[in-house]
Amino acid sequence: MNKVCFKNIEKDNPSSLTTYEASGGYKIWREIINGKLSHEKILDELKKSGLRGRGGAGFPTGLKWSFMPRNQEGQKYVVCNSDEGEPGTCKDRDILRFNPHAVIEGMAIAGYVMNASVGYNYIRGEFMEPYYRFEEALKETYREGLLGENINNSKVTFNLYTHLGAGAYICGEETALLESLEGKKGQPRFKPPFPANVGLYGKPTTINNTETFASVPDILAKGGQWFADMGVSNSGGCKLFSVTGHVKNPANFEVPMGIPFTDLLEMAGGLHEGRKLKAVIPGGSSTPVLPARKALKMTMDYDSIDKAGSMLGAGSVIIMDDSTCMVKALTRLSHFYYDESCGQCTPCREGTGWMYRVLKRIMDGHGKMQDLDLLLSVQEKIIGNTICALGDAAAMPVESFIRYFRKEFEYYIKNGKSMVEKNG
Amino acid sequence: MISVQAKQKIDYWVSKYPSGEQKSAVMEALKIVQTENEGSLNNDLIKAVADYLEMPRISVQEVATFYENYNHKPVGKHVIRFCHNISCMLNGSDNLISYLETKLGVKTGQVSIDGLVSVKKVECLGACIGAPMCQIGDKYYENLTEQSIDEILDGLK
Repeated sequence: MNKVCFKNIEKDNPSSLTTYEASGGYKIWREIINGKLSHEKILDELKKSGLRGRGGAGFPTGLKWSFMPRNQEGQKYVVCNSDEGEPGTCKDRDILRFNPHAVIEGMAIAGYVMNASVGYNYIRGEFMEPYYRFEEALKETYREGLLGENINNSKVTFNLYTHLGAGAYICGEETALLESLEGKKGQPRFKPPFPANVGLYGKPTTINNTETFASVPDILAKGGQWFADMGVSNSGGCKLFSVTGHVKNPANFEVPMGIPFTDLLEMAGGLHEGRKLKAVIPGGSSTPVLPARKALKMTMDYDSIDKAGSMLGAGSVIIMDDSTCMVKALTRLSHFYYDESCGQCTPCREGTGWMYRVLKRIMDGHGKMQDLDLLLSVQEKIIGNTICALGDAAAMPVESFIRYFRKEFEYYIKNGKSMVEKNG
Repeated sequence: MISVQAKQKIDYWVSKYPSGEQKSAVMEALKIVQTENEGSLNNDLIKAVADYLEMPRISVQEVATFYENYNHKPVGKHVIRFCHNISCMLNGSDNLISYLETKLGVKTGQVSIDGLVSVKKVECLGACIGAPMCQIGDKYYENLTEQSIDEILDGLK
């Protein structure tokens, strides 16, 4: 099977420069340094590949890169978003641990295309093992003379640094990440202006997810069409899916876009003995939950999951079997957004607290039947009324859990206990 | 207030950012002084970092209270940060956190009497395929069971 980000994962010492170069790594970067690849050609291939932002928003990467004012004078920046922390999402950690050079090369290529000579990789503060691994790779690359000023006496300059977070989910939002990188509280900026015009330190900046950058070198080495053909229409290439929850073999799988959900479930070892599938969150905790009957019919691509009523997000597939108490699951998710809301916009700051407290009240056996309409009303008032998407992310699980599992919530309120005997 | 060694470490981070943007190093600077102060911050340290990075004290205070990785009360020598969010929850993290609390005789947020360990319930640490999991220091411990928790605790000194 064709793999991109994980192509070396089975090899000895997968994160080393030797392993990376043996698999064709830095071939594209060397061509760029030697003046043999134009930025127009790179943008063409990226557009052809159908690569879309792997952090969750799914914005076409080639298009995003073309927004940068490459001929504008002055400093420009490339930033990698390795601030992975959405419940269910754990793919970037493994890219940083097992293929850090692909991230470095992807960022360097981006720097060349956008005429940005400095890059920062923002890694979440808890990811110390991935940080050390990435730093080691960075040192190897500098030693090899592949980064720095006027690399190999060419006109190409690119310097890359890591920055560590300090525990805030919101910094995965790109403008909050820039604030944080500037040494401030991670509170999202109002847009426009977009980072491509006013980004890090007020300079034009492009931010992409770790997996997005790591996919770029192979796309250019093997061609945009090769990547696009792996996937399906509107969802080019392969993608990492983190399959977690109630499966026998939770793991990250790099598979072609568009494979049936049931195949992915099987790869993860399937459900535990005697259990039935109850629900699936297909793209990370921010995406709406789907009942089993809908999930079983979907394929793993943007359009199919959208049609099923959810989103592909970051490809974080959370599997819940029939032992799951949906009231408890939603309460835990709501606690997350309550804890992580940055406090800037009133609907999100107050709304996430309301939703969590109402759910907690139901869990404690003091729920009232009108609480369900109250929850729906609060989430509706958050959606679309905040500066960033964290508000929507907090609202969507509430709406979808109640929509599909309302009876379970009503039972909990009536009886003060879960409909599901054993919940864990 | 800030040791010579700590200043050297902070300077390394400052060197990554453009001249005049040394405030970008504030998050690491706070972590460095926190580590030197046995794992927690106080007003004097926040002021010292502000002075060293030529930042208004309130800006440093904001950062120190916004991010989860800073402690404003004394913590144990080892902080066990246990994830309790969805993938860990589905794999039994609640039972393991209770087990840990009973075994150590502390509640989450408290420090053990000997000062060796404190337990903190945290949100997703981004290792969901290894659920249930926790972090101690720089290290992640994954696929936890009561038995592996026993072994980890035995190894803490």
